[in-house]
Amino acid sequence: MNIHEFQAKEILKRFGVAVPQGIVATTPDEAKAAAQKLGGSVSVVKAQIHAGGRGKGGGVKVVKNPDDAAARAREMLGKNLVTHQTGPEGRQVRRVLVEQGLNIERELYLAMVLDRAQSRVTVICSSEGGVEIEEVAAHHPEKILKETIDPVIGLAAFQCRRLALALGIPALLVNKSAAVMQGLYRAFEECDASLAEINPLIITQEGQIMALDAKMNFDSNAFFRQKDILALRDLDEEDPREVEASKYDLSYISLDGNIACMVNGAGLAMATMDIIKHYGGEPANFLDVGGGASEEKVAQAFKILLADSRVRGVLINIFGGIMRCDVLAQGVVDAARDLNIQVPLVVRMQGTNVEQGKKILADSGLTIISAETMAEAAEKIVKAVQVKS
Amino acid sequence: MSILVNKNTRVLTQGITGATGQFHTKACKEYGTQMVAGVTPGKGGTAFEAIPIFNTVERAVKETGANASVIYVPPPFAADAILEAADANIPLIICITEGVPVRDMVKVKRYLEGRSSRLLGPNCPGTITPGECKIGIMPGHIHKAGSVGVVSRSGTLTYEAVDQLTRLGLGQSTCVGIGGDPVHGFEFIDVLKMFSEDAGTEAVVMIGEIGGSAEEEAAEWIKANMKKPLAGFIAGQTAPPGKRMGHAGAIISGGKGTAKEKIEAMKAAGIRMASSPATIGRTMQEALGK
Repeated sequence: MNIHEFQAKEILKRFGVAVPQGIVATTPDEAKAAAQKLGGSVSVVKAQIHAGGRGKGGGVKVVKNPDDAAARAREMLGKNLVTHQTGPEGRQVRRVLVEQGLNIERELYLAMVLDRAQSRVTVICSSEGGVEIEEVAAHHPEKILKETIDPVIGLAAFQCRRLALALGIPALLVNKSAAVMQGLYRAFEECDASLAEINPLIITQEGQIMALDAKMNFDSNAFFRQKDILALRDLDEEDPREVEASKYDLSYISLDGNIACMVNGAGLAMATMDIIKHYGGEPANFLDVGGGASEEKVAQAFKILLADSRVRGVLINIFGGIMRCDVLAQGVVDAARDLNIQVPLVVRMQGTNVEQGKKILADSGLTIISAETMAEAAEKIVKAVQVKS
Repeated sequence: MSILVNKNTRVLTQGITGATGQFHTKACKEYGTQMVAGVTPGKGGTAFEAIPIFNTVERAVKETGANASVIYVPPPFAADAILEAADANIPLIICITEGVPVRDMVKVKRYLEGRSSRLLGPNCPGTITPGECKIGIMPGHIHKAGSVGVVSRSGTLTYEAVDQLTRLGLGQSTCVGIGGDPVHGFEFIDVLKMFSEDAGTEAVVMIGEIGGSAEEEAAEWIKANMKKPLAGFIAGQTAPPGKRMGHAGAIISGGKGTAKEKIEAMKAAGIRMASSPATIGRTMQEALGK
């Protein structure tokens, strides 16, 4: 789950990481009032969307007075901001963050992320702040510094000092930067983050260390104990079908094609997407109904798939382990009837209670194309969709 | 022969009184696995299907000599269940639970360092030595005893591959599901080392997916050390970057962990790759020269 820059900054502030003073505005008047309240000779108006690259896309503007702040806000609010991370359609800007301007002396990069190979959280930093870290990693890997964190100790002060000295941070600011790094780690841990990135972390001419931008993603497995974080979710930033699916505990991801698929198990679901493509079709989605799905869940999954107007055919691929084929078949039949499905439906089932499942499909009176193997199923649905088009 | 589990393995179920624990303990017992104990705090002294239930893992081990544990405990408590089993020195801990927070697993892995317990999972289907011992949620009837080892991050995709192998007459020595989470116990490389040394395994099927670099690390080891033939498949060639594809560990981040990279690394290691999930069995057959 992602959150906005202004929300990430609020979290960081709680953990002792300094952030610029800023006020969220949803109208040009609010932006003007915010700039007035902040005072100073310079402010920055920043579009708040769940995507990076806002600066290059025109979503970050420096302004010299409150009227300009209102004008920039008016240009941004209600419009779609396109960045290299949003896709060509862009994302609608519903809020802007108006922040105090700062005298930036230096820009650094600081982040916490899980290192899967070590099963440890690592802190990553670089003297190359304010640019794409992937670019730095690709062309100047020696400029990426890392420290692995022992979960028993946490991020030790000596580790922070080692990084600060390697970054060339002046001696007077080393302890302050250590505090920032440790604050970021505590925020990462206590909020069950999967990523906490400050790019850039700035040193001002006045000797302050601040997060000029902040990005945090969270481990959805931890939501049961992170209700406050969950409350920060912005449904406007998510695909409506994905939001609907998550209500029923279904794993759904929208793709670009026209062949919908419903599968039990993430690996098999990915493999089903792959095999549809292999036979010349384009998957419309990824959908994992999970093990032990009930008839109701299956029916709900079906509804979500068919709500996508691009869908020209449906492929159901189920290998019953915990999931029983007769339960699946009943769910499919009920949903297909309720929804009066008009597009071709191919069902391939194997595993627990497969014969009972097949019987339920056969006796339903509905037009359901059966397949024995994944290859047969993929071939059949691709053909059926092509014929219909 | 086999790896990890066989007809002598004595299994205890943590979370035996929950619906999932009950269903699968029964199924494993029916398969022929020695299900010797259950643990649910507060339910000690009761029984399920004639299997005695204890309040603690320590007591269960003492009374029954259990040497493996399977965990069906809900996500908020699963890490603690693993810790308890490790504290009791259970040699093999299998955590089926999906949804364990990453932070918890980072701590669990730290706790396991220097201890004798080894962990499989979490978020895995378990492991089965066909005809001898099934620990987990896989459908036993699709398996057949034989000499092909299977190691996979997936659940149902593994069943698909096993089903294909069985239909081709290629029985399995042991099937191991390492699970779909980013922080977990056994890695591909750990299981492959065991298969390499197992006299009863003549070839291995390796099924991976997008996310992380475990397949690449395994491929490097295979290139230098593995003498037995391998077939492989990577799921997620059509997955978009940045999206978690069901499994917590199935995500392409910062351009890393793509299917393409994994397939290339595995090919370079001499693993015969199936281009489609429907041909995994046949690819193994070809790799065996049959």
